[in-house]
Amino acid sequence: MLRFVVRRCLLVLPSLLGLLVVTFLLIRVVPSDPAVAMAGDAATPEQIERLRQQYGLNRPIWEQFVSYVGKVATLDLGESAFSRRPVAVDIAQRLPATLMLTFCALAISVFVGVPLGVIAGLSHNAWPDYLLRVFSVMGIAVAAFWFAIMLQLLFSMELGWLPLRGEISATIPRPPRITGFMVIDAMIAGRFDVVADALRHLVLPAVTLSLGGLATIVRFTRAGVLDTMQQDFVFYERAMGYRRWRLNWIYVLRNSVTATVTQIGLLFGGLIAGGVVVESIFDWPGIGSYTVQAILTGDRQVMLAVTLLVGVVYAAVNILTDLVHGVLDPRLMERG
Amino acid sequence: MSPILRKLSRDLPAMLGLGIVLFVLVIAIFGPMLAPYPEDAAASHLTRRLKPPSAAFPFGTDNLGRDIFSRVILGARGALSIALTVVSTAMLIGVPLGLIAGYRGGWVSEGIMRVTDVVLAIPQLVLALALAQLMSPSLESAMLALSLTYWPYFTRIVYAETRRLSASLFVDALRGIGAGSGRIVFLHILPNALSPVIVRATIGLGFTILVAAVLGFLGMGATPPAPDWGLAIAESRTYLPRAWWYATFPGLAILITVMGFNLLGDGLRDIVDPRIRRSR
Amino acid sequence: MIPVLSVRGLKVSIRTDEGNAEILDDIGLTLERGRILGVVGESGCGKSTLIRSIMGILPRAATVDAGEIWFEGENLLAFSEAELNDGVRSSRVGFIPQDPLLALNPVFKVGAQMLEIMRWHAPDNGLRGAARRRAHVERLVSLLKRMQVPDPETALERYPHQFSGGQRQRLLIAAALACAPGLVIADEPTTALDVTTQHQILLLLRELVAEFGISLLFVTHDFGVVAELCDDLCVIYAGQTVEAGAVQAILDAPSHPYTRALLACHPDRATTFLGIPGSVPSPLARPPGCLFAPRCIDAQALCLTGRPPQGQARSGAEVRCVKFA
Repeated sequence: MLRFVVRRCLLVLPSLLGLLVVTFLLIRVVPSDPAVAMAGDAATPEQIERLRQQYGLNRPIWEQFVSYVGKVATLDLGESAFSRRPVAVDIAQRLPATLMLTFCALAISVFVGVPLGVIAGLSHNAWPDYLLRVFSVMGIAVAAFWFAIMLQLLFSMELGWLPLRGEISATIPRPPRITGFMVIDAMIAGRFDVVADALRHLVLPAVTLSLGGLATIVRFTRAGVLDTMQQDFVFYERAMGYRRWRLNWIYVLRNSVTATVTQIGLLFGGLIAGGVVVESIFDWPGIGSYTVQAILTGDRQVMLAVTLLVGVVYAAVNILTDLVHGVLDPRLMERG
Repeated sequence: MSPILRKLSRDLPAMLGLGIVLFVLVIAIFGPMLAPYPEDAAASHLTRRLKPPSAAFPFGTDNLGRDIFSRVILGARGALSIALTVVSTAMLIGVPLGLIAGYRGGWVSEGIMRVTDVVLAIPQLVLALALAQLMSPSLESAMLALSLTYWPYFTRIVYAETRRLSASLFVDALRGIGAGSGRIVFLHILPNALSPVIVRATIGLGFTILVAAVLGFLGMGATPPAPDWGLAIAESRTYLPRAWWYATFPGLAILITVMGFNLLGDGLRDIVDPRIRRSR
Repeated sequence: MIPVLSVRGLKVSIRTDEGNAEILDDIGLTLERGRILGVVGESGCGKSTLIRSIMGILPRAATVDAGEIWFEGENLLAFSEAELNDGVRSSRVGFIPQDPLLALNPVFKVGAQMLEIMRWHAPDNGLRGAARRRAHVERLVSLLKRMQVPDPETALERYPHQFSGGQRQRLLIAAALACAPGLVIADEPTTALDVTTQHQILLLLRELVAEFGISLLFVTHDFGVVAELCDDLCVIYAGQTVEAGAVQAILDAPSHPYTRALLACHPDRATTFLGIPGSVPSPLARPPGCLFAPRCIDAQALCLTGRPPQGQARSGAEVRCVKFA
């Protein structure tokens, strides 16, 4: 088990190093003179020279890279040009909101997508299957920002059932920040009206964000079920008279979700990208809206920090996915 | 080609996709002739602002009194040309890299595939946004950014195919009779690797339209007064909930177009290789 | 005494894109109580469709066009899916699959899979809940001991991939017997095994038939296995029974040209190796006459016009050939 985890972690290292090189090149090499770019149009030559000294831009490129890696390793991600605060502090501040949203979206995707996928697979080439196939193609083809606006239009503006934007109503006092997760903080404070309000704010963004993943999970679970149904052991289990629903929902599903778990890992990329759009539409105070803000204002330090963060999260999720695979399929764990 | 078409014609969803793609293609080519108010690409008519759908304006009018139906039709050309440019540029970068990495092996291959992995590890949208910003926002830099982030998908496919094919007997036989590397790669490996590339390109066209719309929506792509679908949705937000039609119809146009490419791509993929079930 | 299993005139077809495929054309066989019936045929002759028909697990595109499957006096074709699942599978008909590695679900422990079967189909002997489960575990352990699986207690806690091929097959035989069925169907259970293990499994099966009072339907493509194990024999070609009778009688004096050709191919008996020229006719386009006629060295003009009737050979076997009509 431990060997398995360590091995997977080591395999990720080259990719992370590559990511550092890419971000470094983006910040130092793409702009012909980063100091000029940083100082802005109105800067005097003296100011530019000072910046160059300050950031060590006159040293050889490999030396700059080493010091860049050192800074990243100590979580020194520079300062946001927009908020004038360390990027690491901003990220820590905003991370819980994004995690909460991503987690809810993922939960919706999995808990709705897997059963739908099984139903589609079991009713292969019958009407539930066709319906779900069309639905899953739509879920991938729909523009999340448009879908979000449609949801806002219907549920917030027309029906008034759910709040339009934000993490919590402006009229409600925020619970003291302990974990940073609004729902959990409100629970700790014992304010269940706040919990309810925060949950109501979560619904539309989480549903929007879940859509792409939901469609993907339906597709892959369906494919996994179809694949498993072809296996000899399913015939054997049927021949031995397994109860039909237990056969489908336990014995077949357990074999079919391996492909789905891989997809959940890959989905994270989509969830992060989707989060960028969804957060900015719903004014969700997380990493996504932070990223959009940084991009629109040209806040380079933030952009690079976020890119790096995304890469690290991605690598971590991949390790986690492999681990879950190992648990789901005992044959893999033994191979190490 | 004919067996492929015959199989495709049996796959109802794929035929629907093909129908949509052809329909959008016709609209993109003949848009200015089909649109009832072709001058609304740029003109504004402040007397008929934000009119709801009617016989004269089937999709209503926008904040500058322009016919949304005409602008949705006119927008098809932009969306398709962005997608075609991006995907063909990405292919021009990705396919040769995949061929080199797959055929050469050694550190060249290792280097190319590492870079590919790194680029794939960052969500395309985030990377494209960052690149577009670094190159100063415009439609051209958005297209370049999208191309620069989509090529790894082609590299990976071509790499895998090339590896498989160069280990196969017929390539061994070709080497045996003294065929040169260039000849083997371009005349024998590339044509065999082409079908998965075409499948990926079809799905990629739909996907690029989607991401390009996001860039337009965030103000990093098309600029007013272009009849861009994503841009229109962004502009409509100020006028909600009153002008629901303003946001609805451009979004439906995106949905249907992207669905068309995805359905067609899925159908093609099932024919080319029923084992692969990935799509993006 | 009525036979345990008797299949009469079974016809099964499968709808495909290219048309209706007649997989089984006219299958007849009889398995008497306490005996071992070998069903022999080349791959593609319809053996697995026959098994699937008896178990009531045909693919959705398949239909039974004609025939009867009598099992202990009841026609199985008249049973609903629920009746088959509740009252026939495992409890009255056990099944030993072909490939022991592929037949066990790879992600569940062996014991859990076998207890799942017993949970629904084993006689409960008046026990309930935990006591019933304990009784099942006990029975499994004693069965595994009888099958000579080492460490029967810990075996239940292991995954399928942790056993060797021969051991896995022993596990599956135990599973087939777990709910005390009267009939066991074995689908080429020794094909995936090496020769030594194969021999041991065959010996074991022979003993179990007498010991557990079962009747065994043994499907294979291998005449050597039939000669070693079976009492009766039924040869299938292109979805038809072509020759059926006692094993020894048929081996001594094969009557149907196909049986003779098959036996001539078997390396133990052939003095020179003779393949059968030609191939099995496609189920999509069966010839009008005898299905074997295109490959038969003795074929006459008569053979090409109509289906040959069933006749009796001097060996006592039923033969589908004009020469015995």
